[in-house]
Amino acid sequence: MIHPVAWWAWGVGLATAAAHTTNPLLLVLVVLVAGWAVLERREVGALDAFRPFLFIGLAAVALRVTMAVILGNGVGGSVVIVDLPRLPLPSWLAGLRVGGPVTLESVLAAAVDGMRLAATLACIGAANALASPKRLLRYAPATLYDIGTAIVVALTFAPQLVELAGRVRVARRLRGHTGRGPRELARLVVPVLAGTLERSLELAASMESRGYGRLPVRTGRARWLGSILALVGTAGTCAGLYGLLSPSVGGWLGLPTLVAGVALAAASLVLGARREVRTAYRRDPWRAPEWALALAGAAAAGVFVVGDGSGWAGMALQSTPLAWPELPLLAAAALAVCLSVIALTPVPPRLAAARARTAAAA
Amino acid sequence: MIDFQDVSVAYAGESRPALSGATLHVDEGELVLVVGPTGSGKSTLLRCINGLVPHFSGGLLTGQVLVGGRDTRTHRPRDLADLVGFVVQDPMSGFVTDTVEDEIAYGMEALGVDPLAMRRRVEDALDVLGLADVRDRPLRSLSGGQQQRVAIAAVIAAGPRILVLDEPTSALDPVAAEDVLAALHRLVHDLGMTVVMAEHRLERVVHHADSIILVEDGRVSALLDPAEAMVTSPVHPPVVSLGRLLHWQPLPLSVREARRRASQVRAQLAALPPPGFDDPATSARSAKRHSGSGSVPSGPSDSRPSGTGLASGECVAATTGLTVRRGQVTALTAVDLTFGSGEITAVMGRNGAGKSTLLAALVGELPRQRGRVTVLGLDPAGLEPQARCAAVGLVPQDPDLLLYADSTGAECRSADADFGCDPGTTAALLTRIAGPVPPERHPRDLSEGQRLALALAIVLAGGARVLLLDEPTRGLDYQAKARLVEVLRELAAEGHTVVLATHDVELVAEVAHRVVVLADGEVVTDGPARQVIAGSPAFAPQVAKIMHPIPYLTVDDVCRALTPAS
Repeated sequence: MIHPVAWWAWGVGLATAAAHTTNPLLLVLVVLVAGWAVLERREVGALDAFRPFLFIGLAAVALRVTMAVILGNGVGGSVVIVDLPRLPLPSWLAGLRVGGPVTLESVLAAAVDGMRLAATLACIGAANALASPKRLLRYAPATLYDIGTAIVVALTFAPQLVELAGRVRVARRLRGHTGRGPRELARLVVPVLAGTLERSLELAASMESRGYGRLPVRTGRARWLGSILALVGTAGTCAGLYGLLSPSVGGWLGLPTLVAGVALAAASLVLGARREVRTAYRRDPWRAPEWALALAGAAAAGVFVVGDGSGWAGMALQSTPLAWPELPLLAAAALAVCLSVIALTPVPPRLAAARARTAAAA
Repeated sequence: MIDFQDVSVAYAGESRPALSGATLHVDEGELVLVVGPTGSGKSTLLRCINGLVPHFSGGLLTGQVLVGGRDTRTHRPRDLADLVGFVVQDPMSGFVTDTVEDEIAYGMEALGVDPLAMRRRVEDALDVLGLADVRDRPLRSLSGGQQQRVAIAAVIAAGPRILVLDEPTSALDPVAAEDVLAALHRLVHDLGMTVVMAEHRLERVVHHADSIILVEDGRVSALLDPAEAMVTSPVHPPVVSLGRLLHWQPLPLSVREARRRASQVRAQLAALPPPGFDDPATSARSAKRHSGSGSVPSGPSDSRPSGTGLASGECVAATTGLTVRRGQVTALTAVDLTFGSGEITAVMGRNGAGKSTLLAALVGELPRQRGRVTVLGLDPAGLEPQARCAAVGLVPQDPDLLLYADSTGAECRSADADFGCDPGTTAALLTRIAGPVPPERHPRDLSEGQRLALALAIVLAGGARVLLLDEPTRGLDYQAKARLVEVLRELAAEGHTVVLATHDVELVAEVAHRVVVLADGEVVTDGPARQVIAGSPAFAPQVAKIMHPIPYLTVDDVCRALTPAS
């Protein structure tokens, strides 16, 4: 088994890369690389998180384009696709417009912006499908255990909710309804939430009776110190990551914040680890393929951040005047590296067995 | 090992206590079975043992529960985790991790077991529960029986002395249930663990028990000898009913004991005409069947209709060459079946054999690869939901999925509105099926049997001619099951076509005319119930095993044969 941290480093690296470009060619390549990894390395029976994340991303694209068509997005342009009738608004809403000319440039800019979000989500979905967040949690240090558990429950809650919603919708049709439309959706809310809540309670009862959270009682001062360090450190890490990920803040400002945040968080982890009672069962080894995955992810993220920061040609879509995007070679090469390291990882055993069976049958 | 001293539990807002004045003492190494109707307080009793009541559930507990010397008032469930293992009813909802090995190790990681010891204990647990060959598999890909065994392995790996299980076999097919029980038997006899479990399907477990606790309306008996308890218990398996009928002393609890006692009765029965001959409910149909031809050649001893509706010209529903894929797996392969009106068909087979898929395909809910489904001459997948409900209705495995309203009365009214029938139709159907049900009660607060009745009433209100029920007896006690049997018989007599997907061989013996056995998505057997299940080692009901080779299926069959009516 590949170490889950390696897959997540790879996935987050790709996501960072996607967040730093608006070149549709590069974005499509990123999604293809992530999709290929899921296709080739997702274990049979593992949760397929890639598809729902991709759908959410596509919905984001659709939403952004619709908004751009109706409300405009401040991107001017000369190629008018359609001139919608403009809604007269009172003078105190002067900043807003509804309707009016829709230009190709503004629609494309909105679509590409949506695609960037979609590609980022697809990468996170791929990491989810390749290494379940529950496996990742096993590597979370004791101090972060509670936060980690909350994140994991949230991440597994969503697919469960989707699964149950599907079953309730079928049941809805069994009562002579179509199961579609907003009113129908409102009827689904109660049984779906009640069902998922019941499951979560069962899970909590099971965790409780299996000894979850049997930490020894800590002294007041140590607990306060640990909590404050953890809080400030996490906040710093998040702010730093945001600075790195979001091009609007300016990539270089993020780095010192990130470093300081990580240092504080590490200190809190060390404090917490001294009181750790949990033990670990068969940790996955960290070997060459793990290094390759993590480094490839980091490389892609690095190339895209630098390329975006220093304004390489083709990193951003040129919308006024419109031009067919070129493909920045270095960025494409970084994605190629991300793709090729997949070949270094072993095929998960059950997937390999299933393929051998299909091959034998053919 | 476990001491209850005058324990009472009351939940806020409930008029009567969930448990009142329970005093009992369980010794080490005993396998104790908790028996009682649904809602009697079994689950509360079990959850008291590891402190989930009251620490997790809330409520007021008076008296004292001592487990291995620890008082549950001062010890939370997590503080008892090294002493008491608790297996929740649905194993899948209790799993914390994704794969078998991780799940088994999870509890030990939380308890801080040394990694080397942990490695060894995981291997031990895998071996004891026979899970070594699935150790790397994702939990979601396992069969129901395997999941239940993983849940048990995950709990015992932490090294508790007591194991508490809430209905461990009710969702399992007979063979998988046997596996789980064999594993429990080994834990008790080889390792001296104390096991306390609640189970409705007494026919599966009662002969494994060392003692029995009877629970009724929150009143808890002391530990009783199983044979003595069964003399008076309101819930009891068919083997006990047979023993009571024939006045056997002491009462046999297992098929083996009963078979030894039954040699004389068997000789007596062998001299009589074969069973079911004078069965008024089926004799008319039997005459019809003899004129037609069954899909399995049936001997003269059989009187139940073979049920190939096509032969008697009353085909209501049919599948032709039906092939359904679910993801990577082919769930059904070229299934040809016909269902006649007034016929009750039981679809049996292992967990994952394709039973639920077949039912879903019959209501037109699944995309099909190949083949046709017709109900009343139409394809249900092509019908508008409303029209489809008038043809075919499905009661899903979890009837809660059909219920949305916050009171039973509102649920009935909304069903009337859904199907456009006269106000009061659903409520009248519900009263007919389940007797009076308080209309202000929340559907989730009804008993399992009442909830099933409510779901069934809603489906019937839609006017469905073809009724499909997925695993209807899961969680039902014997009383509710007996009522279900009556209802299904009445519905069939009115001309409804009933198809049940079930593991419950006793239900099949009581009610089914015809049995279809699926394996890996293919029809393996299709024939009259008496022939199919009487001879099968996996699917034979207890009475059939006792009377083998004479094909008697139920206590009623034997009773009728022995009563000198003619």
